[in-house]
Amino acid sequence: MLRRVSIMIEKVKEILAEELSLELDEINDDSDIREDLGADSLDMVQLVMSLEDEFDLEIENEEIQSVTTVKGIVEFINKKRG
Amino acid sequence: MGKIAFVTGGSRGIGKAIAISLAKEGFRVAINYRSKEKEAVAVKQELESFGQEALALQGNVADSADVARMVSEIEGAWGPVDVLVNNAGINKDNMFLRTKEEDVRNILDVNLMGAFFCAQAVAKKMIKKRWGRIINISSVVGLTGNVGQMAYSASKAAIFGMTKTLAKELSARNITVNAIAPGFIETEMTSGLSESVQEAILGQIPLKRFGQPEEVGALVAYLANEESGYITGQTIVIDGGMSL
Repeated sequence: MLRRVSIMIEKVKEILAEELSLELDEINDDSDIREDLGADSLDMVQLVMSLEDEFDLEIENEEIQSVTTVKGIVEFINKKRG
Repeated sequence: MGKIAFVTGGSRGIGKAIAISLAKEGFRVAINYRSKEKEAVAVKQELESFGQEALALQGNVADSADVARMVSEIEGAWGPVDVLVNNAGINKDNMFLRTKEEDVRNILDVNLMGAFFCAQAVAKKMIKKRWGRIINISSVVGLTGNVGQMAYSASKAAIFGMTKTLAKELSARNITVNAIAPGFIETEMTSGLSESVQEAILGQIPLKRFGQPEEVGALVAYLANEESGYITGQTIVIDGGMSL
């Protein structure tokens, strides 16, 4: 389980680096996606679309509103998957 | 290599003139057509005569799967689309009271949904590249309304709302989105009108002549280029002053 979480964190960081044109080492587990990584509303839309593709999920805009950090995304995805 | 443009409804009329204008400016142009294959192939050859590669892609813009296929064909051949020109459009005139549900839906499907599908299919790559141009061909009747054109004018008015919203959403990525509202342009779509109707229309045009497709093409070429980069969310009327 822990191993799976760390793999997912790495995957989410890769997606964030790609979408936000950042280097991987600029992104921490606790980075706030909007505040620290500078994602704007369009970045958030692209992020959600990439997460949907990567993890084969359907995500409503509202349900991810409260998610702020890299770790938070992973927790959110795990909860979605049940 | 020239930038990549996708012009829907490019086998004839205004779309053909737009494709030619862009090819002359050095764009690689992919045109879409629904049924006029012979005409589309002829346009493709004409585009190639300007020394540019060209594509002619069959598909219905009202069908999102067709749109996805056409866009991936362009991406496969050349790369992501830099300039989208939503030009494909249909009309079926009838007085409002005689207008059929099916006709309204068909017109909205092509003129509005088609533009939506195409814009969505290309926008993600434009966002990534931080450069893009989306040019929507509307009509002056979308601004003024016109007797017998409830569905057509409504579909063209809808384009203005789409244009402004996309302009706002995409401007942060250096993508401009504009609409062009042509008036009476001499094409197949307008040649079906009787002489008396044409004369009546002419009487309402301050410049006392009909517009030529090439004039719309030149305007699209301007909006597609780098130099128009500070114009977004606008509707540019090209109608000889008819709507004044």
